[in-house]
Amino acid sequence: MTTIHISHASRWFGNVVAVNDITMSIGPGVTGLLGPNGAGKSTLINMMGGFLAPSTGTVTLDDRPIWRNEEIYQEIGIVPEREAMYDFLTGREFVVANAELHGLGKKAAQRALATVEMEYAQDRKISTYSKGMRQRVKMASALVHDPAVLLLDEPFNGMDPRQRMHLMDLLRRMGADGRTVLFSSHILEEVEQLASHIEVIVAGRHAASGDFRRIRRLMTDRPHRYLVRSDDDRALAAALIADPSTAGIEVDRAEGALLIQAVDFGRFTQLLPRVAKEHGIRLLTVSPSDESLESVFSYLVAA
Amino acid sequence: MYDPTVARLTYRALLGRRRALILFSLPVLLIVIASLVRGFTGVDDQVAADVLGGFALATMVPLIGVIAGTGAIGPEIDDGSVVYLLSKPIKRPTIIVTKLIVAIAVTMAFSAIPTFVAGLILNGNGQQVAIAYTVAALVASIAYAALFLLLGTVSKHAVVFGLVYALVWETLFGSLVEGARTLSVQQWSLAVAERVARGDLVSSDVGLPLAVALLTGVTVLATWYAGQKLRTLTLAGEE
Repeated sequence: MTTIHISHASRWFGNVVAVNDITMSIGPGVTGLLGPNGAGKSTLINMMGGFLAPSTGTVTLDDRPIWRNEEIYQEIGIVPEREAMYDFLTGREFVVANAELHGLGKKAAQRALATVEMEYAQDRKISTYSKGMRQRVKMASALVHDPAVLLLDEPFNGMDPRQRMHLMDLLRRMGADGRTVLFSSHILEEVEQLASHIEVIVAGRHAASGDFRRIRRLMTDRPHRYLVRSDDDRALAAALIADPSTAGIEVDRAEGALLIQAVDFGRFTQLLPRVAKEHGIRLLTVSPSDESLESVFSYLVAA
Repeated sequence: MYDPTVARLTYRALLGRRRALILFSLPVLLIVIASLVRGFTGVDDQVAADVLGGFALATMVPLIGVIAGTGAIGPEIDDGSVVYLLSKPIKRPTIIVTKLIVAIAVTMAFSAIPTFVAGLILNGNGQQVAIAYTVAALVASIAYAALFLLLGTVSKHAVVFGLVYALVWETLFGSLVEGARTLSVQQWSLAVAERVARGDLVSSDVGLPLAVALLTGVTVLATWYAGQKLRTLTLAGEE
């Protein structure tokens, strides 16, 4: 069992608190670290990867400290978010160098290159690689020593759908093998497709934790706000408020529209067209007014 | 304390980028100057010592030291690729010592060899002037490489600070202001060179024992401190 334990860890930079009193454990299987940009995901991953000391609290791997402990890298593989990676080498030279730094040889490097299916381009300079190819070579460099723990910071950024699927398959296999795989993302669908377990970070705080069904439910059960325009707003408002899925309706005279707060997302989306049809009202505009990811996340924090 | 893979990556980074252009052009400039001086003034031991002391040792060696020393680690820290070295079970001091050895070797190769060639052109090693300044360049290479490697580890603006040190401190103050000379790598290396040259063509303001102690002290301290800094190097996130 290889488990990363984060215990009451905080990290601040000057006056800015990037990570605020987070406690969580990351065990075997694939875990997704979900949160909007700037939430503190990279800071947290950097602490797990030993590149940042927690200001307070501890980050350990099976009770061994990660910070200032080079030996820990025998068990951890890291795929950084930053692009820079000795661009003057070929992919093969780069992965071989990484293997040598682990005390391994060309065989380990070749195996890692095969795992990420980059053998076809291994003799090209890294500077000529596409974003997805770079990501795969980074993966290979993190896999050369067959680590029990794999940390990936925003691995899907800039990848096309095919590359994304390929990497997801690979990470799923790693998780099924019993490795501890942690990746960060700001896209719910990405995390939901891949991670069996999700940790949500918002504004440096640990906002939610659980499997994707629980997180999805938290996200869809929140009150939704809609902006609706019709040819008879008041009649529509009167008909909608009678149903329990509608929590409140405001008539916005300046906008010439209704602002509707729905509590039961599924029921409301069926109710609205039915009510309009029954009363012979024409719907002109129906648009969700707070669907941004940030509002979803801020709701989670408040919950 | 030496890792051949780290060394290979460092060599390729140093000699494969634009920095290499400067590494090659400074020695070429020295040899051109030496050839011109020889052409115009003929063989003159004093002139030879002036050119080697004034340009080679006072300007070229520190500049090569800045490029090789900061270039051995600075760009990797700047662009974040150093993470691939740091995420390995390798002692941080090993990384620093390896990079120091590479920086010293490159500085020596690009400063001492051209200094010797320029000396031969200028006066055919008369009164051991060429050898004396070559020894000075070799000795100075070690201290400069260590100093500027440390600078590359602690500062993002290592090249700027390095140039200011090399040009303002060593070239201007080191040559003009009395007190500053005691704290000048150039003077320390001259103290060593003084022993090699015949006559009084080469002289230093610093006695040999003090010079050797300072050279050793600065090199060891800078290397030790760079290793400590690397152990706690914080890679700023994207946020």
